[in-house]
Amino acid sequence: MIFFSRHITQTKTLAVVAELDNVTRIYKMGDTEVRALDGISVKFSSSEYWSIMGASGSGKSTLLNILGCIDTPTSGAYRVDGKDTKSLDDDSLSDLRGTSIGFIFQSFNLIQQLNVIENIMVPTFYRDQESAKSIERAEELAQRVGLEDRLLHRPNELSGGQQQRVAIARALMNDPQIILADEATGNLDSQTTEEILELFSELHAEGKTILLVTHELNVGKRAQNILTLNDGSICSVVEGNG
Amino acid sequence: MLYSPFSRSVRLGIKSLFLHKLRSLLTTFGVLFGVSSVISMLAIGEGASEEAQEQIRQLGSQNVILRSLKPEDDPMSTQTTRSTSYGLTWPDFERVAETFPGVEGVVPIRNFVQEVRFEDRVLTNATVMGTTADYQQVTGRILHRGRFVGPFDDVARNNVCVLGYEVARYFFAGEEAIGQAIKIGPEYFEVIGVILPRVPIGAKEMSASISITGEVFIPIQTGISWFGPMNVELNSGSRTIEIVDLHEVIASVKTADVVAAVAAASRTMLEREHPLHDYEVIVPLELLARAEETKRIFNIVLGCIASISLLVGGIGIMNVMLATVNERTREIGIRRSLGAKRHHIMMQFLVETVVLSVGGGILGIGLGVLVPYLVEHYADMRTIVTLQAPFLAFGISVSIGLVFGLYPAWQAANLDPVEALRHE
Repeated sequence: MIFFSRHITQTKTLAVVAELDNVTRIYKMGDTEVRALDGISVKFSSSEYWSIMGASGSGKSTLLNILGCIDTPTSGAYRVDGKDTKSLDDDSLSDLRGTSIGFIFQSFNLIQQLNVIENIMVPTFYRDQESAKSIERAEELAQRVGLEDRLLHRPNELSGGQQQRVAIARALMNDPQIILADEATGNLDSQTTEEILELFSELHAEGKTILLVTHELNVGKRAQNILTLNDGSICSVVEGNG
Repeated sequence: MLYSPFSRSVRLGIKSLFLHKLRSLLTTFGVLFGVSSVISMLAIGEGASEEAQEQIRQLGSQNVILRSLKPEDDPMSTQTTRSTSYGLTWPDFERVAETFPGVEGVVPIRNFVQEVRFEDRVLTNATVMGTTADYQQVTGRILHRGRFVGPFDDVARNNVCVLGYEVARYFFAGEEAIGQAIKIGPEYFEVIGVILPRVPIGAKEMSASISITGEVFIPIQTGISWFGPMNVELNSGSRTIEIVDLHEVIASVKTADVVAAVAAASRTMLEREHPLHDYEVIVPLELLARAEETKRIFNIVLGCIASISLLVGGIGIMNVMLATVNERTREIGIRRSLGAKRHHIMMQFLVETVVLSVGGGILGIGLGVLVPYLVEHYADMRTIVTLQAPFLAFGISVSIGLVFGLYPAWQAANLDPVEALRHE
């Protein structure tokens, strides 16, 4: 394992927002057991920018599901804001997803029958408190990602880059601490990829914890820290990568 | 309020349904036809029973009607002249009038088969009824003009008659009937009154044809004096002579609760006096009770048929919703990853099914009100759309949406978010 610990003192002072503690995830496929994750321990602190890399089948997706609280570890603990996800019921996990995590997907995953502003507002639909302010906030976010003149368009009327911007605005809607991006630039051309990565850098600068899952090295390199998986285990952790 | 969670769910639900316009429309039809058949069946059933009850009520709910019944003809008879003597007798009438407790008024009725004519207009099948002054009071019939047969007419055997409204209109067509003389059989009778028909004059225009039926009332003793004790009916090649004292005896009682007692007494008395059973006892109150029972059974049967059609509609909805859930698995995964709880997903799909079924329900109410209207106009049947029927149908369609939407919604809510997101 290679450690670059230039900023180690800095990271130590930041609050840990998500922490994997010896996480193992085993799938049962018929009689055989598949160890998708095997003893992963890592801490993600506030305002850190991580990329999670690895070949396909290395356990990236499983890790992402667990980080996104749509899956729970078979053994070990995953804590978000100090809460162990294993002890939470389905509703509490949903709450956690809604409040602490913003998802960005490779295939954008916008809801086709809703227009841009409605898509951005979806996360507020499942919050208890909700007001006319939600619309204002959604409009601000649309403006921020440069879609203020596309508010009433349907996703299928937008380009890939525009759709991903909507998805980013949607991920920011509830102001979560963690932004979880799953191959967010995988379906975009290099020009658009650059724009999206620029947005991530901005968000990072604003203090969000960004976890970017990717298999493209040039994308992964943009992150401060790089975690590489191989066969369900951590292969390397590079911290403080410029 | 525009962004209240509920109104938003409904709005977004409608939006989702509009993604598949034809499919949603066809699904709605299932409920539409179910609901409209419930409403129209109820309306037709209600109308039919109301009509039956109306007719029974006109017989008088506080009356007991004894009627002469012609015994079965001997089919092997080759006689050209058949003579039968049967039916109620004057002693029967007197027994009812004098010995039955609770009886308020009794009227005898004797029918005469006679031709009725005025100048060149002839009524061949008018019912000429001989009766007494009490008839009007016992049956509650209403006079249009003039007076009814009085007690003195009977005693004096006056040649007077009271015409049914239709008969008067046929003969005199708007001119004054009172004081005119019409011919019944060979004799002239002075018209002293016009009586309104039992059934209110409806929208259906009475055609002034020869086949018009109508009533002509004369004093019973006058009739017997002139036309004798026999009714002679001429058919092709044969003659039927009937000797009947009284064709009908109508007894009215003081209160409805003695109707049953009077009816039972009448039956016992007639059983003893008429071993040939040449009579029948009609108790409108009993008929009314029977009509109520029939209506109840009718409603149950109609209800079952209608529920089957609603069930079919409901299954249609469920089928479509299951397909929808499958199609939108990915959307469910997205929503779950954005913080939607199971009950949010459940609610979303339930709202969509209820919107479908309520949409069908509302259209169904429209059609269900239109169909009885058309039936009334074109099939000439009475229909009654009760106020409850549309509310009932609406309630049913909401319940259909809830019941048949529950399983697909439950299925959607319990999808694994990881699997759902991976779904293509």
